Amino acid sequence: MVERTEVVFVDGVRTPFGRAGEKGMYWNTRADDLAVKAMIGLLERNPEVPKDRIDDVAIAATTQQGDQGLTLGRTTAMLAGLPKSVPGYAIDRMCAGAMTSVTTTAGAIAFGAYELAIAGGVEHMGRHPMGFNADPNPRFLAEKLVSPDALNMGMTAERIHDRFPHLTKERADRYAMRSQHKLAAAYEADKIQPDLIPVAIRSDEGWGLATRDEAPRPETTMEGLAGLKTPFRPHGRVTAGNSSGLNDGATVSLMASAAAAKEFGLKPKMRMVSFAFAGVEPEIMGIGPVPSTEKALRKAGLSIDDIGLFELNEAFAVQVLSFLDHFGIDDDDPRVNPWGGAIAIGHPLASSGVRLMIQLARQFEEHPEVRYGVTAMCVGLGQGGTVIWENPNFKGGK
Amino acid sequence: MAEFTQLAELLKDDEVVTHSYVRDVPLSGGKTLALVTLDNGRDHTRPNTMGPTTLLELQRTLQSLKDRASHGEIHAVAVTGKPYILAAGADLSHVDAIPSTEVAKQLGQQGHATLGLLGDLGVPSFVFINGLALGGGVEIALNADYRTIDSSVPALALPEVFLGIIPGWGGAWLLPNLIGIENALKVIVENPLKNNRMLKAKDALELGIADVMFEPANFLEDSIKWVDRVVSGTTKVKRPNQPGKIERAVKWDAAIGIARKMLQSRIGTVPKSPYAALDLLAAAKNTDKATGFAAEDEVLAGLITGDQFRASIYAFNLVQKRAKRPAGAPDKALARPVTKVGVIGAGLMASQFALLFVRRLQVPVVITDLDQARVDKGLDYIRGEIDTLRDKGRISPDESNRLKALVSGTTDKSEFADCDWVIEAVFEELGVKQDVFADVEQYVSETAVLATNTSSLSVDAIGAKLKHPERLVGFHFFNPVAVMPLIEVVKAPKTDDETLSTAMVTAAALKKTAVITKNTPGFVVNRILAKLLGEAMHAVDTGTPFDTVVEAVKPLGLPMDPFELLELVGLTVGAHVLDTHHAAFPDRFFESENLRKLAEHGKILDRDGKGKVKGYDKTALSIVAGGTTPMSADELRIRIEDGLADEIHRMLEDGVVAAAEDIDLCMIMGAGWPFQMGGVTPYLDRVGASERVFGGTFHTPPIRGVA
Repeated sequence: MVERTEVVFVDGVRTPFGRAGEKGMYWNTRADDLAVKAMIGLLERNPEVPKDRIDDVAIAATTQQGDQGLTLGRTTAMLAGLPKSVPGYAIDRMCAGAMTSVTTTAGAIAFGAYELAIAGGVEHMGRHPMGFNADPNPRFLAEKLVSPDALNMGMTAERIHDRFPHLTKERADRYAMRSQHKLAAAYEADKIQPDLIPVAIRSDEGWGLATRDEAPRPETTMEGLAGLKTPFRPHGRVTAGNSSGLNDGATVSLMASAAAAKEFGLKPKMRMVSFAFAGVEPEIMGIGPVPSTEKALRKAGLSIDDIGLFELNEAFAVQVLSFLDHFGIDDDDPRVNPWGGAIAIGHPLASSGVRLMIQLARQFEEHPEVRYGVTAMCVGLGQGGTVIWENPNFKGGK
Repeated sequence: MAEFTQLAELLKDDEVVTHSYVRDVPLSGGKTLALVTLDNGRDHTRPNTMGPTTLLELQRTLQSLKDRASHGEIHAVAVTGKPYILAAGADLSHVDAIPSTEVAKQLGQQGHATLGLLGDLGVPSFVFINGLALGGGVEIALNADYRTIDSSVPALALPEVFLGIIPGWGGAWLLPNLIGIENALKVIVENPLKNNRMLKAKDALELGIADVMFEPANFLEDSIKWVDRVVSGTTKVKRPNQPGKIERAVKWDAAIGIARKMLQSRIGTVPKSPYAALDLLAAAKNTDKATGFAAEDEVLAGLITGDQFRASIYAFNLVQKRAKRPAGAPDKALARPVTKVGVIGAGLMASQFALLFVRRLQVPVVITDLDQARVDKGLDYIRGEIDTLRDKGRISPDESNRLKALVSGTTDKSEFADCDWVIEAVFEELGVKQDVFADVEQYVSETAVLATNTSSLSVDAIGAKLKHPERLVGFHFFNPVAVMPLIEVVKAPKTDDETLSTAMVTAAALKKTAVITKNTPGFVVNRILAKLLGEAMHAVDTGTPFDTVVEAVKPLGLPMDPFELLELVGLTVGAHVLDTHHAAFPDRFFESENLRKLAEHGKILDRDGKGKVKGYDKTALSIVAGGTTPMSADELRIRIEDGLADEIHRMLEDGVVAAAEDIDLCMIMGAGWPFQMGGVTPYLDRVGASERVFGGTFHTPPIRGVA
């Protein structure tokens, strides 16, 4: 068998994530500009990368219209000052957009088609509310291909509570609160800031600078969470407090073949081991990461016990809990989202996949005893995506 | 804090206030930058400007930041603008309402009191020049300690001298002390007089106006990072152009002296503002800031209340506004599309037309002449010019190919069949032009516009042999065609609105300023120049020395004296212009036998090898000798002023153009008459000629200062 080209994650950065909507910090900032600023930031801190050697630019967005339309990878590359000889394209797998940018370019690198690629995603949910202008085929409902709940993510989360009654609202709230507290601690310890690219933001009060995520609520308490409304069902379990919010933000990463990284003197932060996507019933899309992770582990020849760190996207607390429950991992296992997750940071849909990787890469640096880590997320309409990574800093051990 | 209430009163309801917003931005090490945004709440088509209320708000904002700085709350202050605009300078929309020198002085004082705070905050101040910066906008930046600039800034300038004033919010003192005397002269005096030339970002960086330049995509982010490095001391700012002791001791006065001599020879001594600027720049050598600012206040107040500034603002508004909305122009919707252009003639003028039309309209242009040899010569010229543009990098190779493919030549006028626009540039003789159009009319459609470039013939008469004279229009260019911005569009009695509209839209597409005139001899520019030159030659003919004639017109401050002008247009052409006007208006326009003789001789002025005028040609002097009733310079000046006032008054009575403003626009754009005269009519009002001749003024109230 021919030896496969090794694929590495060299580096990743993101904009601070904002709250979507008129009061959010990015209300007057274009979506494509968020991606451009992240891209410029990535290239500036990796000056060894010869820009004309970048083989492709893949940028994801869920709602590809307006300032998220026009083949984002190409437009943002031009706006970021990459040579016109560098091509680009756009990607969509809803929430797993950026993750798919990474896996798609990784596939091309592994095949030998690319040496260097930029992969990322952006979502300005303020300018592009989820599902805006969508026109689902009427057959979905007429032929009962999916239940009406499948198109409303909050309702799919309620369905997970239905299926797993032991995953209670109280457990979901506690998980959510811990996410907020872990992120606050990570900010306090300056873990998050190094990978943020500040963005100049225009407001009615003049120019400012976005330097931190806007959504976190470090003051969150169980009492506070308990009192929140359950907008998806009367007396339901899913609240704004135990879900990710509506956010604006962009992420980008630099992917390379191991050989190219060596040639240009780049120090990879992670080595890609395997990836997988899988489908589940759309009504309970949140359990998607379970089959995708099982598939990715199988392809890697690993078991869940080999994984030392998890970066799981927290679309909903219950959805993460279902994953942990399935694999027999405690709700508060320290290997899981040690710096908090999307419930605190925010989840600008198609950008989140690379955000998981950025944080896993940092944790790899801090945990040379860990060999393998997982980034995984659920995807609307019933999908899951998982990428398994190896820590180049691994020094043996468990 | 002075309130400058009288000043604010002038504008109170009208000022589009540019607000000063403040947001704190975190710097490293727990420090804080207070970022001020100037924003008038409009889009980029209405740039930030600075009136009294704007300055008051900025002053309060900066004062409160000074207080915060003194409490250690902030560690740096930066000012930037709304997207694409820093600020386009002082709000001059109501300066003509300034009632006194005292109030005028407040204009400078308020600017100094406000912007001066940027040099006195107790923490480093920065201006991020993010976009257009003119006049007071640049002075905001100059008053700060440091400046960054966006590489895409399209224009940065101190245009005050162009408008008849001086940079009076610190610019005249700060700039030479920042970038050296020679650079400052270039920015404050030279560029404004070169048709108000502006700097690009790169120029501003090289001159030392900006300390550092960043790309537009991340301009603010990079500027803030730079502030961080300057505040923390990791970046030290070097200013190689900042004048040192030697420059002050040796270079400064010499540079001022050279500039003064150059000004005197180039523009004469009539315009006040360039010399006022020179004096301020000279004094900036060894005065302190407070003294320099006080001097600016005095000088600015004097100029702002004077005649020249008011006339200049009037002229500026003509060029900026009236030129874009020509009086009497029919609805643009009536214009017919021009998709192919025919040029009759292949001589120099015709070839210049072809080049202009193909470059600007980018449609097929076909030229024709009597024989193939002339056509080929014209085509060679046009293609050669296109190659030159390509070689200079002004157009790409693809564009050059495109333009060359669009140009063709023929002796077969059937190739004109699908032209929508045919312009002639043939010999200036009625019969020739009549025949040329009658001939081409056989081939073109009934609605194709026929345009004549005649300068002296009746457009109506030229159309006498046409079946459809309603599609004939005068389209009078000035030489050189590519450079001179004016076209006189002549509406003959039969010209219909569709044709006139097409002519106006086409002129705009050619990037020219078009003024609609009636079909009267000489239209506007030539008629007024013929009046002036006729009087000048008449004075010579009757025994007035050349020098006295030159002295007589000096107070007008024209770009050149009558004899230089005659040589520029050509003595033969000049004599012809006088003859045609004399023929049209024998009782008011002089012909000159002497000028005909001078034309035969070929020159009036004696020039050295480089073309510089040394004196008068000896033969020319002997040709004109013999007059017996010389006039004094004053007598002649009054004759000329009165003659111009009378002629222009008649033109307006006759409806040659819609208003006196159009006369002035023509003289500014077509003859380069100066802003300080306001073209011509404000000057004639202010020297009393209008009153003397017709007992009134062209403008009510007259455009003049308060002093």
